[in-house]
Amino acid sequence: METFLGIDYPTLWYLVVGLLFSGYAILEGFDYGAGAWHLFFRKDMSRRIAINAIGPIWDANQVWLIIGGGALFAGFPVMYATMLSAMYIPFMLFLMLLVLRSAAIKFRSAEEMTWWRKTWDIVYFLSNTLIGFLLGVVLGNVLQGFELHENHVYKGGVFLTFLNPYAILTGLTTLSIFMTQGAIFLLLKTEGRLFARLTFLLKKGMIFFIVTFVFTSFYTLIYLPGVIDKFKENPVFFVIPILAFLAVANVPRLVSKKKYMQALIFSSLTMAFLLMLVAFQLYPVLLPSTINPAYSVTIYNAASSQKSLGIMLTIVLIGAPLLAMYFLFLYRTFNGKVKLDDTSY
Amino acid sequence: MDTEILARIQFAFTVAFHYIYPPLSIGLGLLMVVFEGLYLKTGKKQYEILTRFWLKIFAITFGIGVATGIIMEFEFGTNWSVYSKYVGDIFGSALAAEGLFAFGLESTFLGILLFGWNRVSPKVHFISTIGVFLGSMFSAVWIVVANSWQQTPAGYHIVGEGLNARAEVTDFWAMVFNPSSVDRIIHVWQGAFLSGAFLVLSVHAYYLLKGRYVEISKKAFKIALAVATLVSLTQLASGHSSADGVAENQPAKLAAMEGHYEPSAAADLYLFGWVDNDSQEVTGIGVPGGLSFLVHQDFEEPVAGLNAFPKDEVPTQVNAVFQFYHIMISIGMFLIGLTLYACYLWWRGKLFEKKWLLRIFVLSALLPQIANQVGWFAAEMGRQPWVVYGHLKTSDAFSQEVSSNQILFSLILFFVVYTILFLLFLYSVNKKIKHGPYEEAENPNEFLKYT
Repeated sequence: METFLGIDYPTLWYLVVGLLFSGYAILEGFDYGAGAWHLFFRKDMSRRIAINAIGPIWDANQVWLIIGGGALFAGFPVMYATMLSAMYIPFMLFLMLLVLRSAAIKFRSAEEMTWWRKTWDIVYFLSNTLIGFLLGVVLGNVLQGFELHENHVYKGGVFLTFLNPYAILTGLTTLSIFMTQGAIFLLLKTEGRLFARLTFLLKKGMIFFIVTFVFTSFYTLIYLPGVIDKFKENPVFFVIPILAFLAVANVPRLVSKKKYMQALIFSSLTMAFLLMLVAFQLYPVLLPSTINPAYSVTIYNAASSQKSLGIMLTIVLIGAPLLAMYFLFLYRTFNGKVKLDDTSY
Repeated sequence: MDTEILARIQFAFTVAFHYIYPPLSIGLGLLMVVFEGLYLKTGKKQYEILTRFWLKIFAITFGIGVATGIIMEFEFGTNWSVYSKYVGDIFGSALAAEGLFAFGLESTFLGILLFGWNRVSPKVHFISTIGVFLGSMFSAVWIVVANSWQQTPAGYHIVGEGLNARAEVTDFWAMVFNPSSVDRIIHVWQGAFLSGAFLVLSVHAYYLLKGRYVEISKKAFKIALAVATLVSLTQLASGHSSADGVAENQPAKLAAMEGHYEPSAAADLYLFGWVDNDSQEVTGIGVPGGLSFLVHQDFEEPVAGLNAFPKDEVPTQVNAVFQFYHIMISIGMFLIGLTLYACYLWWRGKLFEKKWLLRIFVLSALLPQIANQVGWFAAEMGRQPWVVYGHLKTSDAFSQEVSSNQILFSLILFFVVYTILFLLFLYSVNKKIKHGPYEEAENPNEFLKYT
């Protein structure tokens, strides 16, 4: 098996996919999170500002979903195919909500009528909230494993099995961390009374996050006992949950010091550490089988050929710096508080 | 209904709906680059007005294109899991390249294009317009490469058997430049340019008929006409080259396109007709031996007909393939005639004098759209029963673990959401057109409130 810097290709690609998913969670985390607060703002103007805070960047942030999905398809086609077809209903809902969310952003402020804007506000709020929730639900299901038989054939339930208690908990946790992230992002983008309102909402968001996080952690430790085996073998990796905890704890401190940019970085780090935790716990498995561990989808039995992975790693090495440059340029252009003009939504 | 049929209906519906928008984005992108480039070069406000006006319509088009495109990316996995595993090794690198090189470029610069007017210099804004346009062109490249590989696989080998069989890439560049890639990329680009150019022609013809925004509409109409004429003519060349490729690589598809059954006989070229798949006869008007001539430059030379291939390896919907293919060609020919005639009038200095011609142009925006749709239907239905030509059948490629009820659920959901989306699209584009590029009461050279 070919290696690069002593790491085999499937593991490298696992890291690439993990990085892309983290980027997606962090960037779209504040997009979706901002949207999940939408109905908590009362005035039409506040809602417009909140949408325009993400206006110029949400399309770019969505690139991370597209590349992440592409990377999963490209590197681990078996995982991509098995997970999406087994989680058919949640993914279809997720995709539909993405479409509705885009429509809400584009069309909400296009008309003056109150009923028009109120309707789109509800669509926007619900789509953002449910997208965050569903992403967490899928993660919760992956952690618990699927009913995979030989050749990774899924024979589990097809309609509502995805809504089990653990998945609901991880769904709420994901939503709460998105909302925290979203509120901090909006603090960077707003002024005056909306800003004051957000300072208040952020506190609620943090409490929501801490509560769901504690519940999820306990549930995981009690009902999914396998999860700490890895850490018992390699105690060194206990540093990840500790770092995650420290990052969370740092957020309110920075907010009270009015260092919002740093707070955003630390809440992003929280997400990154939590995803690392999941990634480390699963590795090298991608999708555990609840029937027999031998039927699990792993990075080795799901991976594309060495040749293909090599090509894609080259593509990433060329493409990632380019993408980073585009993003720097975009974010620098739209740095600072929202100012509405005739091109705004 | 069974799962396979439902999965196919859903895919056809979602991809056909998606394909209304990206070609329009590419075509409008090209014209915006021209308009904004002229503005920077000449400094004339008129071109800035045109750029800003078309940007508004572009924004909606692009947005719906992206939203419906993401669905396509994941629908391979949800509904075509066997296919996904089979082609992942090959398809994947094309998709990854599309995401990083193309979509990354277009989506980041889109923010600056739409909201950056007051934040960056005109030059940087122009560069962003070019970035978005190039990104959308690259997007088309990688997506068409992936589809072309399904039509004419190259640079791969098959490993494993039965359920575990899959294609693995052996030569990346041979995969990218498979026999049909280049022809089809150019053909798709041209189709996209036409859909953009004809929308511009249509809207400005409408203004000219109404006597509104006359000055700038004449300018925009002439620019779009030049693009449309050039592209319609060259489209003929890429179309011919593409058909030659089909003759060589997918003979059964070519036979279906002309309803040619006899295993080895000279084949006719139909202007229009009707294929009866049971009696294997075509009723219509055509040139005897015409297809033989196009393929071999000889009216007598035999061309392999549908009966030359095993029964289970040819498309069953021959008449549909025939009709879609012929509608596409008829529209292409009509557009050539229309643009050439308009150019002739332009040369004689009478371009805007014939009202009936402007009326045809108003309606013409639909034609490239229809041609793009039916062209793809012919290409995809003509490939049946294969999903990967010669290797994987469509009937083996869908997700076995997904039930027909699940697909029915998502199909209804798609239908409802897409209908709403389409109505919103029509409503808001119509509103922007009715509102026009600027407030008419004021002089176009002084009106701009934002300058």
